[in-house]
Amino acid sequence: MKGFLRADGRKGIRNIVLVTYLVECAHHVARAIVNDSNSGDVQLIGFPGCYPNGYSLKIMEGLCTHPNVAGVLIVSLGCEGFNREQLSNTIKASGRDVETLVIQKSGGTKKTIAVGLERVNELLVTAQQTEIVPMKMSELVVGTICGGSDGTSGIGANPAVGHCFDRLIKDDAICIFEETGELIGCEQIMAERAITPELGVEIMKSVEKAEHYYTTMGYGSFAPGNAEGGLSTQEEKSMGAYAKSGSSQIHGLIKPGDIPSLGGLYLMDVVPDGDPLFGFPNIVDSAEIIEMIASGCHLTLFTTGRGSVVGSAISPVIKVCANPETYENLSDDMDVNAGKVINGETSVQQSGDEIYDLVCRVSAGEQTKSEELGHQEFVITYKKFEGIGPSCMPTIR
Amino acid sequence: MINRHFVLLNKTDNIFVCCKQLLAGESTNLEDVDVAMIVDITVGHKIARKAILKGEKIIKYGVSIGSAIKDIDFGEHVHMHNIKSDYIASHTRQSRVGEA
Repeated sequence: MKGFLRADGRKGIRNIVLVTYLVECAHHVARAIVNDSNSGDVQLIGFPGCYPNGYSLKIMEGLCTHPNVAGVLIVSLGCEGFNREQLSNTIKASGRDVETLVIQKSGGTKKTIAVGLERVNELLVTAQQTEIVPMKMSELVVGTICGGSDGTSGIGANPAVGHCFDRLIKDDAICIFEETGELIGCEQIMAERAITPELGVEIMKSVEKAEHYYTTMGYGSFAPGNAEGGLSTQEEKSMGAYAKSGSSQIHGLIKPGDIPSLGGLYLMDVVPDGDPLFGFPNIVDSAEIIEMIASGCHLTLFTTGRGSVVGSAISPVIKVCANPETYENLSDDMDVNAGKVINGETSVQQSGDEIYDLVCRVSAGEQTKSEELGHQEFVITYKKFEGIGPSCMPTIR
Repeated sequence: MINRHFVLLNKTDNIFVCCKQLLAGESTNLEDVDVAMIVDITVGHKIARKAILKGEKIIKYGVSIGSAIKDIDFGEHVHMHNIKSDYIASHTRQSRVGEA
């Protein structure tokens, strides 16, 4: 396996240039620059809101300094609240190329698009000079989420991802699973897997926080499609989702944008701290994928029963389909058919090995289905977090 | 798998999970007892492995996934109409905020 070596020492499995808008008002100009670049290596991300927010800044910093990213063009309207100076400085400090265009100072839409296109072409030239070096499995960060779960998810696809995670952790890779709100009911067994009792307490607290938060919102993390697919309760969905974590010990509890430094299994606490403030913790699956990527994930394993078709900007998404009927219907969008487990054609372990092999191939450059189809979904919302406690990232191994 | 249509995930479970659809009126043999489906049972859905009384826990993967809100017959569809979460209410497309 080979990686793109960044100035900060991190290694990427893709080599892209980002164009990011910092407020919806700059979206059109940023999109036009990406479209006019006519390059598959230029991707569009952005943040819609005009109010500043520590979380969205942290996520944006994590994304713009992601190992898959070679350089960034920031497109600002000019009067929005997003701290473009700090974002630019963080990118610069990581050794990546960064350019900022402020539409109000650049003569408006047409002129900014024209200058932006020049800047992006320069960034592409620099990106192409990135050194390619050997990369080990232990340098890989892999996330997992589930979306459109149904009664098959917890039987085939999720435990298969769990098996893949166990193998990756044996290779000393970093693996991250998440959505404490989708782990309600699993807190006790999960806490018992923590490498220290103090971490176990933090895990219990994070799930209790999620239960409180979702109760206040009036909905659990439970969509109508979950019920149509045979799931009846939050804890039933949770038990299925939990299987994605495999059987390794849990090494730490991180929050979105925190980047683990040691190999092992990490739980991401995605539910905001304090009283509910900005709405649902994650409004949609793509918001979870983006948080995974902001925490350094080179790729994300996405299990689905009902059949999600999304991919993501920045990092590839491998879609593992749990339901054999869904696979038949949506095979063009699915990378792995774990529905074979439901049909009795394969074992969970074989399916997990298939996912592991695909992780290796995609890391080596093979395109996933969603990449081939051009999926680059992207969402960041407002959230509020406090930093993690000292027990959340134990250094002992 | 106990037959082509249903799987027992854990030996302590009181439900089976459907892995191949069975239509209303069709029969299946569950651990040596024949039972006819009253409604269509599609992939991923659950049926009762034994009679379950109101208030009893529903056991799947060997752990509780909620409680019965009415008596459930052997072979009957187990879903939101007869079980509920012990944590947080589930919702459907027709639900309003805060209502199950």
